[in-house]
Amino acid sequence: MSTLSRDEVARVAALARIDLTSVELDRLAGELDVIVQSVARVAEIATPDVPATSHPLPLTNVFRADEPVPPLDRDEVLAGAPAAQEGKFAVPQILGEDA
Amino acid sequence: MSTDLTRLTAAELSERLASREVSAVEATTAHLDRITAVDGPVHAFLHVSADQALATAADVDARRSAGAPVHPLAGVPIAVKDVVVTRGLPTTAGSAILRDWVPPYDATLVQKIKSAGLPILGKTNMDEFAMGSSTEHSAYGNTHNPWDLDRIPGGSGGGSAAAVAAYEAPLAIGTDTGGSIRQPAAVTGTVGVKPTYGSVSRYGLIALASSLDQAGPVTRTVLDAALLHQLIAGHDPLDSTSLPDEVPDYVAAARAGASGDLRGVRVGVIRELQGDGYQPGVLARFNESLDLLREAGAEIVEVSCPHFQYALAAYYLILPAEASSNLAKFDGMRFGLRVEPDHGPATAERVMAATRGAGFGDEVKRRIILGTYALSAGYYDAYYGSAQKVRTLIQRDFTAAFEQADVLVSPTAPTTAFRLGEKLDDPLAMYLNDVATIPANLAGVPGMSLPSGLSDDGLPVGFQVLAPAREDARLYRVGGALEALLEQSWEGPLLSRAPELEEAR
Repeated sequence: MSTLSRDEVARVAALARIDLTSVELDRLAGELDVIVQSVARVAEIATPDVPATSHPLPLTNVFRADEPVPPLDRDEVLAGAPAAQEGKFAVPQILGEDA
Repeated sequence: MSTDLTRLTAAELSERLASREVSAVEATTAHLDRITAVDGPVHAFLHVSADQALATAADVDARRSAGAPVHPLAGVPIAVKDVVVTRGLPTTAGSAILRDWVPPYDATLVQKIKSAGLPILGKTNMDEFAMGSSTEHSAYGNTHNPWDLDRIPGGSGGGSAAAVAAYEAPLAIGTDTGGSIRQPAAVTGTVGVKPTYGSVSRYGLIALASSLDQAGPVTRTVLDAALLHQLIAGHDPLDSTSLPDEVPDYVAAARAGASGDLRGVRVGVIRELQGDGYQPGVLARFNESLDLLREAGAEIVEVSCPHFQYALAAYYLILPAEASSNLAKFDGMRFGLRVEPDHGPATAERVMAATRGAGFGDEVKRRIILGTYALSAGYYDAYYGSAQKVRTLIQRDFTAAFEQADVLVSPTAPTTAFRLGEKLDDPLAMYLNDVATIPANLAGVPGMSLPSGLSDDGLPVGFQVLAPAREDARLYRVGGALEALLEQSWEGPLLSRAPELEEAR
């Protein structure tokens, strides 16, 4: 299995939308490489005949009654937001200049 | 001299409240005073909600005076881990990205606590988003182990365990994704229970890994854990993974266990969770507890769980994968921190990256990146897919073991509390603390840690009991029995041997 290079960490961090400093990148690349090599041993016993488990106690067809309930208090919700305007979340521009 | 109310168990306090020998305001005040006196050096709390707690207490006292029926735990103060949302009380999950955030709703378990009238003393410290085994990954400073302030209180729920161990609260709420209730209990000489997955609603828990997370009680006694579990358990339509079953009688099981009679109970010792890597003092206390169980009539058998050696590896793929997805909501738009990039256009995407770069700590970044990598194209089958298969194999190990034994046992953690800073620069060494607790989360089965004595270094050792899914009552029966037998041999609770903390007045 491949090892995790500094470039790969930078690529994945960009996918995860986390800005990293150059110092962080250096350190994380070293640490993550060790961790990835260690966890890769799962492949030793994960043979094709073994089914995957995604959930410890699977429940199927879970429904609840479709009853209206009071929504969250708008002012309380917006009080926790970084910016709000006219009773709505105020967010940065969604698209870049050239979009 | 009057009794120090902070030294009473929740069960004892509940009796005195019911007989009106003690008022809820007195009980709450005593604990708030204790927090003022010792929490400086311990730092179990991130936020203390004295006014709200006293208001709840006064309300409970008024209801009791008026002869209104109240819950048996009404007026017994409680601390809540800061990963559980509390309307009107700051909730940070130990992260700078949620600094000063006040949730607009309550977690289901908090609603249950509030309707039962337990005054909430405050929110307890934790590793950021519950990622860690020492509480050193909190953005708000370390919590210190009341047994030795230079040592870790365990993690991620170090604050809840330390609060209970330092008599700042008789009850606390923890969450356990890979051991975050049980390992702190082990290293602080307290009791912690991770219920069966789905026993307690996850609605309002800031999710770390949704298929592993479970909230549960953090207490000083097995009976107190049962009382709190009984209160917070039950089906919740707001959590689609919540078990629809009737809640079993945990309290009766704990009381039955306290008789110390374990005839007919088969106890399985997990071969793979001892030996190399476990401190001699930890193993010595473990074996002494086995002798006591045997004397109480239990049949001790050895069981093998051959795939447990892969549990840690599977866990550190499944958890980061789920966490990378759950934590995508911290995007700087709807709650918490927003940071604009130093230069260039402040588009939503760039603001999100700048916010997460500034707001997440090292361990959170490590795990999100690891999880994103494990899920990324070309690696999914080898990493995440394989880890899910290992999960199946671990469940099969449990199924086979529970055919030979009613409960399984092991040391909770391989070592006693280590020094603050000792493992901070070695993530893999830190991860190894949870080697004995992780399998239960992967399989969804319940587990308890209770104190089993002091190691050669004078620090507490935890004894772990595991039961099949939905059989949490077995933990309380066996744990209640072992606790009673151990306390007989110690002539009191283990915590009474902890050094007295210096009180600042």
